[in-house]
Amino acid sequence: MSLIRTQAKIPRRRKKLRLGQVALTAFTWLVVILMVFPVAFMVLTAFKTETAAASFPPQWLSPITLENFEKVFDRGFWPFLVNSVIASVGSTILVMILAIPAAYALTIRPIFKWRDALFFLISTRFMPFAAVIIPLYLLVARLGLLDNIWVIMVLYIGMNLPIAIWMMRSFLEEVPREIIEAAQLDGAGIFKEITRVVMPIVAPGAAAAALIVFIFAWNEYFLVFNLTADSARTLPPFLGSFIDARGQFLATLSAAATLAVSPVVIAGWVAQKRLVRGLSMGALK
Amino acid sequence: MVTANTDFAGNSLPKGKKLLADRYGRRIRSLAIPRALLWPALVVAIILTQIPFLATVYFSTQKWNLLRPLDRGFVGFDNFIAVFTTDELYESIQATATITGTSVLLSLVLGLGIALLLDRNFVGRSVARTLLITPFLLMPAAASLAWKWNLLDGNFGLFRWLFMELGLPVVQWNTDIPIVTVIMVLTWQFMPFMMLILLAGLQSQDKEILDAARVDGAGSLRIFIQMTLPHLRQYIEIGVLLGAILLLAAFDPIAILTGGSGGTKTLPVLLYEKAFIALEVGQAAAYGVVTVAITIVFAALLLRTVFRIFSEKGVR
Repeated sequence: MSLIRTQAKIPRRRKKLRLGQVALTAFTWLVVILMVFPVAFMVLTAFKTETAAASFPPQWLSPITLENFEKVFDRGFWPFLVNSVIASVGSTILVMILAIPAAYALTIRPIFKWRDALFFLISTRFMPFAAVIIPLYLLVARLGLLDNIWVIMVLYIGMNLPIAIWMMRSFLEEVPREIIEAAQLDGAGIFKEITRVVMPIVAPGAAAAALIVFIFAWNEYFLVFNLTADSARTLPPFLGSFIDARGQFLATLSAAATLAVSPVVIAGWVAQKRLVRGLSMGALK
Repeated sequence: MVTANTDFAGNSLPKGKKLLADRYGRRIRSLAIPRALLWPALVVAIILTQIPFLATVYFSTQKWNLLRPLDRGFVGFDNFIAVFTTDELYESIQATATITGTSVLLSLVLGLGIALLLDRNFVGRSVARTLLITPFLLMPAAASLAWKWNLLDGNFGLFRWLFMELGLPVVQWNTDIPIVTVIMVLTWQFMPFMMLILLAGLQSQDKEILDAARVDGAGSLRIFIQMTLPHLRQYIEIGVLLGAILLLAAFDPIAILTGGSGGTKTLPVLLYEKAFIALEVGQAAAYGVVTVAITIVFAALLLRTVFRIFSEKGVR
């Protein structure tokens, strides 16, 4: 009797469970759609005509046009894009050149007071640039270097170096000791030890670190906003110039914003598995 | 910022002589090479961060308005007295605490909810995860502009249409409820990151132990409260501290959304105004010193947390 009852119960329970699972999945996708909606709406607006973008109530099915992207480039998008690339790619390369040996010295060949060095390095990342902007501005102005993209690039090195060292340190911790010992027994010098033995192992980690550093530099606003005027402006403050009090600008602004965010969004999607680890400074895997 | 001479983790630092060995306990003949590898990075970090900070400390003792360049001089703590005796600093700290605190808390609660939704097998799970992190990757300036003009604008914004369709009163977001507007956008941008961290925590749980508890008759809610939440604690701590540090320094979303009006003048916006609108070098520097002091507290807490995680996992 009891056996029969149990058998009868199982299928019904499973069905209930499956229904619950389907409902949860549907709910999850609803949340995903709500979260992504503002981005999707921005991209959608970028492909509308100005009149369609500004119409109220909103037009959902308006003809697709590329004229906004043309307008963005007509309004001088290129120089700002070039500045963004110089500042973020340049600073990322230099940050990695400085960070990899430093992280190596701190992990595989630890030196005296390495912990102090680490704490110092990471603590510099926490200082908001807003706190020191006035002396920074006066110093750069005194040197006649305002509105200079190379100055911005150098400042981004300072902004990102600590985080890169921390990330690289966390990846270097995982290099198996036997491999390095074997290399040293074979008589490899420090240079060979890094380039031939250690780097191939941590290369994926280094790529992830470089991507995160790149993302921070690409999205930075405050320093460029205050230390540049025109010729050294990067994309983030440039976007604001599309706001036009006299006419319609929604579609052009959306097109410019879409272009500006896409490199980092794509890079972030590719590297998402390592984002957590990098941004938690290697503490979480 | 300041040099961290003390060990935030509270561990006793090993004596120098002992450290003349590498991580595998072998003696190192010379420290010259490791030092040479570390120094370039240290020097760059010192030049780029400490010199502006020391200059800020120096300027904070000066009477100096850029409009009156000749009227300069040492005034001791006068700038700090001015900073602490006007309401601006306290109002700004209040705005910063409200905006940062609420955004981080909302990100935590909502991020945990979404992480729990993603911590199961369903159709298109990795696509969902990829889409969900998008707001975090967005350039804050672009995200704020898209929110301000495409969604929240009082004339042709989508939210106005949505509210009218739903029969709700139409609000001018950035002027009627500026604090809500800023918190909403900041939470939307930061929540995916919190979600990623908490998801990593959920996935690192030992599934066998959870199954054992279930077999022993523990309900889902009880498992969540008594097992999952304690396990997530360190992940929550890291997420909250990183959020506090990142959002504390947020400038562009607030500058774009509200321009610092209506109780949204956080410390970075106040610092910007003091420096570039009031042109008060001395006072701006004093505000800067106070801001750095506040961030140090968060930084120290974060480092302590991070290092505790390292030691728990048996990593240095």
